[in-house]
Amino acid sequence: MSASLDSGLPRPSQTTTLRQRLGELRGPGTAPRALDARALAALAANPGCRRRALLDGAGVDKAALASRLGSPAPFGQSQFAIMRGNSFEAKVKADGGRELLRLLGVEEPGAVSVPDLAAAGPQGRTARTALALREATAAGTWTLLDHPLVALEVAGSPVYLEPDAVVVSPDGRWTVVEIKSFPMIDGAADASKVGAAARQSAVYVLALERTAAVTEGATVAHSVLLVCPKDFSNVPTASVVDVRKQRSVTRRQLARLIRIEEIADALPEGTTFDVEGCSSAELTEAVESVPHAYAPECLAACELAFHCRARAREAGAVETLGRAVRGELGGLTTVDAVLAAARGEAGDPEDPAVAALRRARAMRQEALDRASAPSEEAGACR
Amino acid sequence: MSLISALARMEAVESGRAQPLATVRHRHVSARPLVLVPLTTAGEAGAPLGALVGTDAEAPRLLVVTQPRDRDLRFSFLADLAEEVLPYVDSFTDVVEAAERSEVDPETGKKVKVEVELCADAPQLIVPSRAGIEYVRLLGRSTRFRRTAEQDPETPFPAPPRVPLLGRWLTHYGDRALVPGSSLLLAATDLLNRHWATGQSSLEDQHLGALLAWIDPRDGESGPEGALRAEVGRDERGQLLCPPAGPATDPAFDNRLLAPAIERYDRARLALGAAEDGEAADAGLGELHRAEREVRRLVASQLKPTWDAVWRALGLLRELPVGARVEDRWTRDRWSFTGHRDRVVAGEPPQPRRDDVIAAASKLANRERAQGQLEAQEALDDPLVLAARRLAGEAFAAEVAEVAMAYTEKNRPRPLLTVRTEDRPHLAEKAKVFRSLDGKPQAAEFVRYEEDGSLVLRLLDRMGRSKEPAAGSVPEKGERISWTLFEHEQRVGPKLPEPEDTPWTHGGPPAPGSAGGTPRTDAVELPDAVTPEDVL
Repeated sequence: MSASLDSGLPRPSQTTTLRQRLGELRGPGTAPRALDARALAALAANPGCRRRALLDGAGVDKAALASRLGSPAPFGQSQFAIMRGNSFEAKVKADGGRELLRLLGVEEPGAVSVPDLAAAGPQGRTARTALALREATAAGTWTLLDHPLVALEVAGSPVYLEPDAVVVSPDGRWTVVEIKSFPMIDGAADASKVGAAARQSAVYVLALERTAAVTEGATVAHSVLLVCPKDFSNVPTASVVDVRKQRSVTRRQLARLIRIEEIADALPEGTTFDVEGCSSAELTEAVESVPHAYAPECLAACELAFHCRARAREAGAVETLGRAVRGELGGLTTVDAVLAAARGEAGDPEDPAVAALRRARAMRQEALDRASAPSEEAGACR
Repeated sequence: MSLISALARMEAVESGRAQPLATVRHRHVSARPLVLVPLTTAGEAGAPLGALVGTDAEAPRLLVVTQPRDRDLRFSFLADLAEEVLPYVDSFTDVVEAAERSEVDPETGKKVKVEVELCADAPQLIVPSRAGIEYVRLLGRSTRFRRTAEQDPETPFPAPPRVPLLGRWLTHYGDRALVPGSSLLLAATDLLNRHWATGQSSLEDQHLGALLAWIDPRDGESGPEGALRAEVGRDERGQLLCPPAGPATDPAFDNRLLAPAIERYDRARLALGAAEDGEAADAGLGELHRAEREVRRLVASQLKPTWDAVWRALGLLRELPVGARVEDRWTRDRWSFTGHRDRVVAGEPPQPRRDDVIAAASKLANRERAQGQLEAQEALDDPLVLAARRLAGEAFAAEVAEVAMAYTEKNRPRPLLTVRTEDRPHLAEKAKVFRSLDGKPQAAEFVRYEEDGSLVLRLLDRMGRSKEPAAGSVPEKGERISWTLFEHEQRVGPKLPEPEDTPWTHGGPPAPGSAGGTPRTDAVELPDAVTPEDVL
């Protein structure tokens, strides 16, 4: 295990300075945003992006930022979906948690305690959650924690995470519960959605493990309970999802992240992403001062994707066409360079990538010419 | 992505226009396809919101569920959809031609040819996007197990009569769409993406509006400009200029326009229910109709642009000359259609929720075979596809430099060809290569490299029975020929074992006494359990 994940929260002095610095970046009087499901998906989609890392680490409201940059995020949630999601979650957690335990396979749980986790501020809520987890583990009864708040250190700064629920069993085992409103039809749900839910849950498992490490008798289950509506009804059904793989992938990604301090230190003096207090031009400049690593996968996960895409296209980066494109292009990174090499205007013909491009272009041209020779319209574009 | 298609994408970036990825059309496009543009309600599995459906670009039928949470309204939507789809399907079932199929005679165990019917054409269903194909499958799953009052008088919420049959057809089409190269159910985005490369990534290519902006731009607009407008452009009310191709709607549309309209409709229904006298009832009815018209207008406003885009896509595809082997794949689709027609007529139960192991194994084998066949056929039909295979070393174009006659010990002709090529095929000793001779593959084997780099091939077959090869069966000097290292026709893999020989890995032989001796245990599927609070 990497030191950054096992050493608990960083030492106070270090935390204070970094926290101060991140607070300045976020803008005065702005509360940090918790790392929500989308931010976690963005982390999984593009762990190497410094821009995303810094903005998420500082808890900047990326959606507001994207609007100010002139490329508003295309994400939104339909009120129909929210309504349905809420009513489904309420149904799952009904009856004092007994329904949920039944889904977990516990028919006779005895008394189920559902502690109140309300507290002021994210730090207060995390502390309250940790206390409740300790008490529940010591009590040896079934406990349901509804929307606990846990902290995880990502790239050297703590971020807050809110799982839908955590169940503590009498033997001290903590299980993450993820409630989703996509259906499980005939026992199978959409694989990409299950994958996203598993990655998300794996981060919760990692965060809980840190708390469990300092709690006597506690273990964190490496399988999570995914609760979905059954078929076309809103009757809940559940499936135990093994997230060991996602957990170790995420842990490795987190351990390899460039530390946010480093990214922050490389910024020009006085840089801030204060959405309230800065002009659009200032914000644009601030965002440009952190390098991005745009890939088309960002479009589904990051609020800034359209902004970064426009920049990447301006620069002619080949990644705008998909990450896989890079594979065969060797050292050529821009569209212009690739096309020039293919046409023989530039590039070293000894370079295998350049040679392959030239052959590819010649063959493509030959095929198109052949097709357009007998009938004019055959090779035309429309 | 192959290097050639990556190059095409970059050429598209440079020119701002899509570039061809194919020189012929690789999919069948029916003369009379049925286009279906469905919309669904956010957050609800299989609760349709509306659809445009029809075979005439100018006259689509609009179906709208004014309150998606109302079971009766949903059922009447499905009944209306069945009334559009099933007559279309039925119009193909009776036009048949005679065909032959080999079957195993149950008494002698020998293969015999039997005369069977094959539908002369098959219905083709076109949806806007891949998500639309998924939705067809979902609709099929949600309706095929429904029970009508006639099937089961006790059923608490009987479905309209033809709805379960609609579900069976949609299921069949959804299933067939998983077979590579099949054209029964196609997505407009897949059709376009097969034939053109845009200057964006394949993820962005799933957006029908953006895709068309690259392939068929409006006057004076470049591909990226048009695509961006299609992706994020909004009007003064915050609504997308190019509504998503569905089935999911834009959240801004749901929240700003649709939700208030549905609420108004709900209020009008309540008011009508509470009306105490005739005058109030009349007024209530008027308001209900107005509210209903408004929801219909809104849903139509989201559907119509996509409807037009699908037909535009079909128009673009029709301009391409059709590939020579497309007809062969369409014939397989016709067999598939005919087979399901026969199963429906024979009164077989709806497709099971899950395939049993044997059905699953044979479906997988079928799809793998279809994939291999598709790859080979596309390369043979289209020099541009072949170019990618040549670049990968799986094919080569060569000029015949010399032909030397040679014979086997039994005096069969085995001419040696010396051919010159610029390509770099991955040839091992005695590797087989194939060329297309009058549409049939002719095989040769690789003998050796000559000192000047040219290849020596030995022709192996298709030269007739006599000592002298049949006219035209041996290439002549100077001829330019494309050879492939892959076979042109997929070999049929080993047959799956008989049901009674099913290995234990696949559940073993069927239990004695089960229906028809087949291992299908799920012959009778129960309908989905229905509870009063169910949304669907």
